[in-house]
Amino acid sequence: MTIAVVVFPGTNCEHDIVHALDLAGADSELVWHTETDLAWALGVVLPGGFAHGDYVRTGAIARFSPVMAEVERLAASGIPILGICNGFQILCEAGILPGALVANRDLKFICKPVYLRVESTDSILTSAATIGQVLKIPLNSYEGQFVADDIDAIEDADEVILRYCDPDGEIREHSNPNGSTNAIAGITNAARNVAGLMPHPERASETILGSNDGMVMIESFVESVRRVRV
Amino acid sequence: MTTHAFEITITRKEGLSDPEGTTAKKALHDLGYGGVGDVSFGRIIAIEVEAKNLATARSQVEEMCMRLLANPVIEAFAIEAVT
Repeated sequence: MTIAVVVFPGTNCEHDIVHALDLAGADSELVWHTETDLAWALGVVLPGGFAHGDYVRTGAIARFSPVMAEVERLAASGIPILGICNGFQILCEAGILPGALVANRDLKFICKPVYLRVESTDSILTSAATIGQVLKIPLNSYEGQFVADDIDAIEDADEVILRYCDPDGEIREHSNPNGSTNAIAGITNAARNVAGLMPHPERASETILGSNDGMVMIESFVESVRRVRV
Repeated sequence: MTTHAFEITITRKEGLSDPEGTTAKKALHDLGYGGVGDVSFGRIIAIEVEAKNLATARSQVEEMCMRLLANPVIEAFAIEAVT
């Protein structure tokens, strides 16, 4: 079972996710963005960072990297694909996930732990969690505000998997750090094999890091990869 | 083949929040410009394209906007030929 962790010029969270996947018992391999054959991969992670310097828009150039045609093909074939932070932005730019990420409401780079409420367990990222579970996960982004031209379609299809909340799980105005529409922190696609989120579960993978709440997400993803039948 | 120059203006789609515009509007009010209504920020891209005629060049620039230079989910764009 091997997971491809894609590295673009400017990606900087690839070793963190490799370590977290290792803690969950999964093998992974770093893959340069010019790779065009990922037929061996049973799962793909697009990690955080600043792919191609975030030029034009975050993810705008990365979505045309050679590897992305293969990521699109694997996504269409049902392979689990996870985008974290910049990886989420790339998946949105590529149209693999709906919506877009724009500058934070207060125009500030946000780097702090936030609380997330699990809204749906029908996704590759939350299948091992419980609905209503509150997770403390670091957020580290400037363009983290989720917007979409048809937010109702995303809500009606139950594609919202995580929302920003208070430590008690309540969603209040001040618990939404970046102004995301409906406090959305993570979503899945219609086929539910692709997921993206702005916070970094791999940075909350061991108690020594301040929280291991991210492991339930990493383990969900690894479990979904184990279930892939080729 | 001729070189055609264009100026592309990219703005945020209506209905999406524009924190930079809102902040600038508030600052302008604070400076005493009470008549200032909505303020919104955008980007201008100057681009030169070699093509057989203006129409071909313009349609290429349109395609570039749709594919890379603008994100239709959040942005609108206007293309103006520069002479």
